[in-house]
Amino acid sequence: MSYYAGEYDVAVIGAGHAGCEAALAAARLGMKTVVFSISLEAVANMPCNPHIGGSSKGHLVREIDALGGEMAKNIDKTMIQIKMLNTSKGPAVYSLRAQADRKKYQMEMKHTLEKQENLDLKQAEIVDIKLENNKIKSIETDVGAIYNVKTLIVASGTYLKGKIFIGEYSKESGPDGVFPANKLSESLKRNGIKLVRFKTGTPARINRKSIDFSKMEIQKGENNIIPFSFEDKMKNFDQVDCYLTYTTAETHKIIKENLHRSPLYAGVIEGTGPRYCPSIEDKVVRFADKERHQVFVEPIGLDTDEMYIQGMSSSLPEDVQIAMYRTLPGLEHCEFTRPAYAIEYDCIDPADLKLSLEYKTIDGLFFAGQTNGTSGYEEAACQGLIAGINATQKIKGKEPLILDRTEAYIGVLIDDIVTKGTNEPYRMMTSRAEYRLLLRQDNADLRLTEKGHEIGLISDERYEKFLQKKKKIEEEKARLEKTIVKPTEEVNKFLREVGTSELTTGSKLAELLKRTEITYASLEAIDKDRPKLPEQVREEVEIQVKYDGYIKLQEAQVEKFKKMEKKLIPEDIDYDDVKGICLEARQKLKKHMPHSIGQASRISGVSPADISVLLVYLQARKK
Amino acid sequence: MSTIVGISTAPGIGGIGIIRMSGENTFNILDKIFVPKNKQPIEDIKGYTIKYGHIIQNDEIIDEVLVSYFKAPKSYTTENMCEINSHGGNLIIKKILEICLKNGAEMAEPGEFTKRAFLNGRIDLAQAESVIDVINAKSEREVKSGIKQLEGFLSKEIKEIKQDILDVLVNIEVTIDYPEYDTPEVQEKEIKNMLEKIGKKLTKLEKSFDNGKIIKDGIKTAIIGKPNAGKSSLLNAILKEDRAIVTDIAGTTRDTIEEFVTINGITLKLIDTAGIRESKDCVEKIGIQKSIEEAKDADLIIAIFDSSKELDKEDLEILKLIKNKKSIILLNKSDLKNVLDENNEIFKNTSKNILKISALNKTGLEELYNKITEMFNLNEINLDNDVLITNIRHKNIIAKAIENVKLANKAILDSMPIDIIAIYIKQILDDLGEITGEVVTEDIINEIFSKFCLGK
Repeated sequence: MSYYAGEYDVAVIGAGHAGCEAALAAARLGMKTVVFSISLEAVANMPCNPHIGGSSKGHLVREIDALGGEMAKNIDKTMIQIKMLNTSKGPAVYSLRAQADRKKYQMEMKHTLEKQENLDLKQAEIVDIKLENNKIKSIETDVGAIYNVKTLIVASGTYLKGKIFIGEYSKESGPDGVFPANKLSESLKRNGIKLVRFKTGTPARINRKSIDFSKMEIQKGENNIIPFSFEDKMKNFDQVDCYLTYTTAETHKIIKENLHRSPLYAGVIEGTGPRYCPSIEDKVVRFADKERHQVFVEPIGLDTDEMYIQGMSSSLPEDVQIAMYRTLPGLEHCEFTRPAYAIEYDCIDPADLKLSLEYKTIDGLFFAGQTNGTSGYEEAACQGLIAGINATQKIKGKEPLILDRTEAYIGVLIDDIVTKGTNEPYRMMTSRAEYRLLLRQDNADLRLTEKGHEIGLISDERYEKFLQKKKKIEEEKARLEKTIVKPTEEVNKFLREVGTSELTTGSKLAELLKRTEITYASLEAIDKDRPKLPEQVREEVEIQVKYDGYIKLQEAQVEKFKKMEKKLIPEDIDYDDVKGICLEARQKLKKHMPHSIGQASRISGVSPADISVLLVYLQARKK
Repeated sequence: MSTIVGISTAPGIGGIGIIRMSGENTFNILDKIFVPKNKQPIEDIKGYTIKYGHIIQNDEIIDEVLVSYFKAPKSYTTENMCEINSHGGNLIIKKILEICLKNGAEMAEPGEFTKRAFLNGRIDLAQAESVIDVINAKSEREVKSGIKQLEGFLSKEIKEIKQDILDVLVNIEVTIDYPEYDTPEVQEKEIKNMLEKIGKKLTKLEKSFDNGKIIKDGIKTAIIGKPNAGKSSLLNAILKEDRAIVTDIAGTTRDTIEEFVTINGITLKLIDTAGIRESKDCVEKIGIQKSIEEAKDADLIIAIFDSSKELDKEDLEILKLIKNKKSIILLNKSDLKNVLDENNEIFKNTSKNILKISALNKTGLEELYNKITEMFNLNEINLDNDVLITNIRHKNIIAKAIENVKLANKAILDSMPIDIIAIYIKQILDDLGEITGEVVTEDIINEIFSKFCLGK
């Protein structure tokens, strides 16, 4: 029995990291919004590692914050350890990573959703979607409630036909023992949506009291707390420790002896797994000459003794898992709280999406997160935010928000998956960004706050503060540019002390700051009258001045890139009419329907020669 | 696209001549002008076959020919194509061409078949450029180097350099993207060694362009000297030599005479200049100025002196002109009584190669050729092993890559952090990708995952 239950502007399926951002963005932009979760105990869950951020992922979190998303604020409220990674490797790749109190993270996010005006959070499994003239019309829950919706965002994570594997044992399940969504897959297929099968996995959790930490290396957090959100100010707190141990020859032996019991190696799992988070058995097989692998032991909250064992993801049977975990120094007597498992799930081919994340052939249907073939909480969250914004823009009849590769890691991520598709779960990496010196985590607000404000997710008040900060940066840079220090004994004494060459003529402060040995902080010794500035401003000034030449070089490359991006391909182009493109390129172009020459050139199988032909064709068409 | 026709064989008297046609209407046109011996209807003829028959016009047999059929897309241009092998000389070939034109084909522009092959996606840019090089080749060496590029030797060389870079770059990238893993940090020395290695390879490639250009365009050789020192006699002596192959190519300018001559497999582009001397005559002055400019622009200067006369002020001017150029001093008229020889102090001070010659008696030419070959190291260029670049686009890209090698080194010197150094290293890869047309980012990521063991 079904019944009519009401109508919404925006409906979101799934309340994981993508779904939460999508729902909050839409509701905050004034849309009547509903978000469904199969279990309200699983809102914003971290079924795998208990941390947010890391290399390039920390960048994503900062970008989410600059656009008015929630993830940064939520982790700031719930972090139990913070680290700035890559500090020796250059400003572009500094990355924040926080250990989260997992349960607290969930509760905070759930409460934020509950408090949000225009937003209803409901526990239900969506089993069917209905279209009308290729446009989304309604959705139906497992108990038969039918909602009419103007737009729908599917953020189903790893729940679609989820199936977990622990050795020979397998069962239909979502992550962390939650129900899977078994019916939505069929409904999507009925509506012409192509699905593929991906897999991922997670290691075991172990009770703290069964671990001997004296045999492991301690990994401590930073001395000072650095928040993710540009808005947050945080006090120091007692941070938890993480630990490092290693696999042994005995571990590898047990794995090799039991490979035949792994569903992956026995060929039972059909999904494609990611190369960057292989299971421990994958690692041992593929890197047979590596004597030991790192294993990190991380707490997952303050009021639990469960520990996450990073590096030991596995789909071997539980008895083998226990035996091999117990070969690690410090884990000799470990007791499992939950075993490691592999999970297989349905997801879509992201190449079927537009850059707005709307499905190419179905009006008003958006997809976000792991269901788009990505992996990672941060990757999911940023897509959710963009989908939430663009579902709203669509209803309002406005242009979608599309960030390009020169503006944000978010832009790189979406352009990558939409343009190239992906044949394994996609993880963000700094190597994927061509212009990473411009896409720093420190300047995410300078890059994106303007856009966030324009969209309506950044309040006027925050925007005003942002403009102030921007002004201060410019003023301080100008001051360093025009202030000249003379080669006095005091100045040269300072220069000697920091180990750099002395001055013989006057020099601008900015020039001195460019020297490797001098930091903005140390420069104060000969720049006593400097204004008092907030830390964020000081940091930004230092990076912008120090790396000025290198930043300019990348900006020049961006100009070149934008030229190709601006050459738009008309939507009504008929590639059969373009003589001279090779067959593979023609098929790919027809499938992807790139919106610009730049995007077309990034599709694999489209050669420079094909691009030349396309350019000639477009030129001829204009005439 | 229209159907084009062109004569594929070089003009001149040869055994056969080939007329090539490409385009949608190729077979329609062929049907009107060609009657196969077995009268097989044209639609039954398969691709990759050769038919014997006659070219006819108004029922009159023009020539007996062999016609090769290539059906789209299995042809050089990927369009319908045919090649008519005619047995006739120049006149007959031109006649057949004319008949094709009358029946609806259009005259092909230079390089148009290759252009179509490129536009139709049949060959990539580097290959297309090489084909043009082969077509325009003026000497055997050039054909060889063009064919080598066509076969992808340059791409192979570039790929090797890219791999050298990738080997180091992925080590850097992996420590950035996976900071918590125990992958060893890349040592500065390792980066420097790599930059030095690829820097050398790139510089060698860049240098090969000069040789490549010489092989392609010939060694631009200016013969300078006073009037009556024997410039024209030398030119004639070289041109008239039996084993010299002289090509008649009109000079770009009428003021100087340019001749191409191939000796020992090397092409010389000989430029005979106006005699250099002090002159009050306005027109002659312009000619002399022109000679001086030609000399400055030349790859090689042959300065010719009359050894039967003492050096004068004008000779000294000429010596000044060759001071910083690759040059040979020729003492002509060795058949007469010599007042100048190689022991002359002024000549000795130039440290130039000095040869005696008699242009009139054609003695000393062999030594001259050997000296030129030696000076341009052309014997050392091993066309079977070394890759030569002959294309200016490739040269410019390689020059850009070398510039980025320098910038990467400078960033290291300035103690810049690794991700800034990495920007330049990645830029070198991007540059080289412009020659081979590959995407760099994917390369790096694939390498990271294949080399390192990472994950949860």
